[in-house]
Amino acid sequence: MTAIEEHTPTLDPEEARRLRQERLERIGRWILPLAIMILAIWLWDRICVWNDIPKYILPRPGVVLQTLHDDAGLLFSSLLVTLKITFLSLLLAVVGGVGLAVLFAQSKWVEMSFFPFAIVLQVTPVVAIFPLINIYVDNQTTKLLLCAWIVAFFPILSNTTLGLNSVDRNLRDMFKLNGATRWQQLRYLRLPAAMPYFLGGLKIAGGLSLIGAVVAEFVAGATGQSSGLASRIIEAGYRLNAPRLFAALILISLTGILIFLVLSLVSHLILRRWHESALKQER
Amino acid sequence: MKLEKVAQAPVNASGEAAILLALRDVGKVFSNGVAALSNVNLTIREGDFLSLLGPSGCGKSTALRLIAGLSTPTSGVLDWRGSSSFDRSDIGFVFQEPTLLPWADVFDNVWLPLRLKGVSRAKAAPSVMEMLARVHLTGFENAVPRELSGGMKMRVSIARAMVNRPRVLLMDEPFAALDEITRFKLNNDLLELRQDERFTVVFVTHSVFESVFLSNRVVVMAARPGRVFREFAVDAPYPRDEAFRTSPDYAALCRQASDVLIGAINSTAGSHHDGH
Repeated sequence: MTAIEEHTPTLDPEEARRLRQERLERIGRWILPLAIMILAIWLWDRICVWNDIPKYILPRPGVVLQTLHDDAGLLFSSLLVTLKITFLSLLLAVVGGVGLAVLFAQSKWVEMSFFPFAIVLQVTPVVAIFPLINIYVDNQTTKLLLCAWIVAFFPILSNTTLGLNSVDRNLRDMFKLNGATRWQQLRYLRLPAAMPYFLGGLKIAGGLSLIGAVVAEFVAGATGQSSGLASRIIEAGYRLNAPRLFAALILISLTGILIFLVLSLVSHLILRRWHESALKQER
Repeated sequence: MKLEKVAQAPVNASGEAAILLALRDVGKVFSNGVAALSNVNLTIREGDFLSLLGPSGCGKSTALRLIAGLSTPTSGVLDWRGSSSFDRSDIGFVFQEPTLLPWADVFDNVWLPLRLKGVSRAKAAPSVMEMLARVHLTGFENAVPRELSGGMKMRVSIARAMVNRPRVLLMDEPFAALDEITRFKLNNDLLELRQDERFTVVFVTHSVFESVFLSNRVVVMAARPGRVFREFAVDAPYPRDEAFRTSPDYAALCRQASDVLIGAINSTAGSHHDGH
């Protein structure tokens, strides 16, 4: 028997088909969305050319790319402003969400009493609250942070609360039997058990904090007080500078995708050894 | 069937092992009105391997939770003898499921009871490694639970319950979910673990064969209300091994135990409806 034969055992047709299918799926997962994306951009370009659309209405992709390059200084410094608000509000959402969830987990009474307030805060559109914030808060950054935070903290709070409360009953008994203190139970049992739920909430909150930051800038930007990406968009809209508008839009989208990917990676790295969601399907 | 004495240590002047725990007229009524236990009288002696055997709903798990202190009796008393300062670290508990922390590796899971008492990783390491060796899991310290088979998870669970060196090990149908080959192996290993130091075991099971193989005393319980139906001794010497499992003595003992269990099931009012 040769070495090659040892490494490739003969497969029956069914298994061979399954193997081929898996390989195709692996390639397709990357190729397909990429191909569709390229096709869409090409179609966008063609529509502009075929219909003679002026660039102040719909710029060709190449022009947008050129603007992204030419206006890089302006756009990226604005992006930095938006990112600062986004990450600060996400950080505050994590601290506030987890902190409140831990507080709720201490007693059912606390949770029953205060959870409705969190819901009220969540369901009221932030755009509608902003005028009030504008009256009560002077500092521009604080205003934006508060807005983005209101949008982002709820998924973290709600998910972490759910996680802290879904600990296996036997594990709870086991900790009780071993005389664990409240703090030990939180530290060694409830917080780790809530981790997958928290990370799920974090993924949603990451996107929401960016949306929150941009929306807040929009509302604040209307009064000419902001320098983030949203104000660039408003400005470009007034001047009919569609290429820059598109460039700013693409930058926001890419940032959102990047935040999602990074948070997904973090989640995967933390959960990969033990949680079902991070495990590869075994047949 | 008469109650026979089995040699145990420590032994008092009259040649009987010291009483560790006595349940006197213990009753438990749940808030929904179900009488889980009624007038249970039971003595557990130092070094006993006592099985609570009975159909589901007979209150054997409830009795075990009362002994563990996870629940309090509605009536009657639990009398811990010979140790006025009986604390929880004298009890090890093995649940029906392995009940491990899924995010922690084998070492950390076994370390947990010591960690909760403030013992550092380095200080705990010798005890943890020794317990792992005794349940035949040396070399698996860094595996996480999902990488282990059902039987191995249960071994980790036993090692965790034993790492405190408890005087009493309480086991709630620990092997019920395992396949027969694994169950037999774990039965043998449990007896082997107990060969060196005769810690006391209270073992809840619904298997006649398991109770007879493992224990020196079997307490058969009946349902509705949960009560002690009859108690008998398994008069066979330790160590018991595979040879015992296939011996005529074992078969005869199982037959006797079966008869008692059937008596217990028939004693339950309305049992001909199968209870459901």
